[in-house]
Amino acid sequence: MAENQPEQASPYDSSAFSGPQTRKKREMPEGLWMRCPQCEAMLYRKVVAENLDVCTECQYHFRVGGRRRIQQIVDTDSFEEMFADIAPADPLEFKWSGQTYADRIRKEQAKTGNLEACLTGVAYVKGRRVALGAMDGDFLMGSMGSVLGEKITLITEEAAKQSLPLIIVSMSGGARMHEGALSLMQMAKTSASLGRFDDAGGFFISILTDPTTGGTMASFAMLGDIIIAEPGALIGFAGQRVIANTIKAELPEGFQSAEFLMQKGFVDMIVARKELRSEIARLIDYCAA
Amino acid sequence: MAKTMESAPNGSHVLPFEKVIVQLDRQISEMEAQQAQSGKDFSAEIRQLRAQYVSLLHKTYDNLSPWETVQVARHPGRPLAGDYIEQFVKNWQELHGDRRFADDRAIRCGLGRIGTEKAVVIAQHKGRDTREKIECNFGCAHPEGYRKALRVMRLAEKFKLPVVTLIDTQGAYPGVGSEERCVAEAIAVNMLEMSRLKTPIVCVVIGEGGSGGALGIGVGDRIGMLQFSYYSVISPEGCASILWRTGEKAPEAAEALKLTAKHLKAIDVIDDIIPEPLGGAHRNLSEAAGNLERYIVRTLRQIKRLSVGDLLGNRYERWRRMGKVVSADQTGQST
Repeated sequence: MAENQPEQASPYDSSAFSGPQTRKKREMPEGLWMRCPQCEAMLYRKVVAENLDVCTECQYHFRVGGRRRIQQIVDTDSFEEMFADIAPADPLEFKWSGQTYADRIRKEQAKTGNLEACLTGVAYVKGRRVALGAMDGDFLMGSMGSVLGEKITLITEEAAKQSLPLIIVSMSGGARMHEGALSLMQMAKTSASLGRFDDAGGFFISILTDPTTGGTMASFAMLGDIIIAEPGALIGFAGQRVIANTIKAELPEGFQSAEFLMQKGFVDMIVARKELRSEIARLIDYCAA
Repeated sequence: MAKTMESAPNGSHVLPFEKVIVQLDRQISEMEAQQAQSGKDFSAEIRQLRAQYVSLLHKTYDNLSPWETVQVARHPGRPLAGDYIEQFVKNWQELHGDRRFADDRAIRCGLGRIGTEKAVVIAQHKGRDTREKIECNFGCAHPEGYRKALRVMRLAEKFKLPVVTLIDTQGAYPGVGSEERCVAEAIAVNMLEMSRLKTPIVCVVIGEGGSGGALGIGVGDRIGMLQFSYYSVISPEGCASILWRTGEKAPEAAEALKLTAKHLKAIDVIDDIIPEPLGGAHRNLSEAAGNLERYIVRTLRQIKRLSVGDLLGNRYERWRRMGKVVSADQTGQST
């Protein structure tokens, strides 16, 4: 989750969603120049942006959230946003050490300019019409509360209604604690809607980006007809620290990376960001044309 | 087995808020022993103590805080899935293995009769003694457990048997093998398939409903919870360590997470609350088992009358409603 790391190790907890502390911060720093966290090259910010937020030296994929991600995938100006007015409630009136969830939401909304951690709509990818959802990792770590679950469900139902291929780009720290069990139940809701989409013969491409963890991974993200991962993305159910604390041992090299998942047989392909558009188009032509 | 725990719940483990209750209970036993030994009549005193004991149990258990509820749900003497199966599943025949990798002992699957109803039972079992706990990994299942559950659910669908799941887990096991064999995928697939399985499904949280690990066998037509069980997106300790930055604030986190049966019923996450015996299921296994059995039989009878189309339609609508959102105008903000 968006907060800092947990200290204790109950055998399972979604605190793990924040990912390993050893990983360097991946957000794009401010200023004209930036340093690649992987190869440490000094990069001209504008050049990296033009390169789809990928390091020109080592191909390191920076995190990209929300609207920018959609821009990178769809044909220019083709995205028509849907369900944009759905906003988070505070069903539990959640409070913790002097803070409130209601307040936190307002701050995240001000910071990102979005109402929630997920954007949905229809668009074209190389001329092929698709229904699309993308998570915004800047908004409370892309965590899944009622809104994210509702919007993913709505766009899935819309894809079924319009017989469109469905593309969901995941970037999420998992279920959002502040909505308690209601967040958890979004896992089942989104999965159920994908069951119907599947019954209707719909084609679902799930794209896993850095990071896709916890309850998000354990629901719609792993239910794609085709599952694509971005190179180097952290993809895992439990947090690495929780696992290390539970098994009292070091984790294997590359554990929970996109490459690890593909090797273990749970990801169809790893696609570099600059190939993503043409790969999506090709898959649609094969499976859903 | 929990049968010996009718009055003194697992003497070795006394919950902090039960100290006085357990003391009283001990006094009663001592007095009864004295009466038997000496032949003197203490019946009046014993009756008075009993009354005190019952009223104290009421007072305590009618007002459990969420954190106290979590402690009851985790009580070492609390009946486990295996106890309930032994109590009321007749002709129990366990079915082993996922036919892919292994037989996960954290999830028990099998055939049996509950009341008059034939059923497939899928149950998370934590283990009672140390040997059994290790065997079933303290109820924390690996992917193969969820895949076994799905295999057996498909069997149920094929032969038109209803599915009953008993949920009791801290969560899916966070280990290397679990990730390698992708427990996330196993849970996701189970939820999807359970949402469209063409046979009735009743799920009951009997102890701990630990996040995705619980939901992986928790999608159905009716979801019940035993009165003092809990169901949460994250353990109170985990939540506390993230938001309060110390696991010691677990009581506050339990409060904030609204994880009790009563809270979850109020926000429509669950459908039914199954009452427990006075002072919790760990005080009276047979009464707890009786309540659970009656609930399952009654619910199965209700939902098995539905056509498959209605059953699946209702099930989809039930899960489709989950969550609470507002439209932007209500928040006073614009997009």
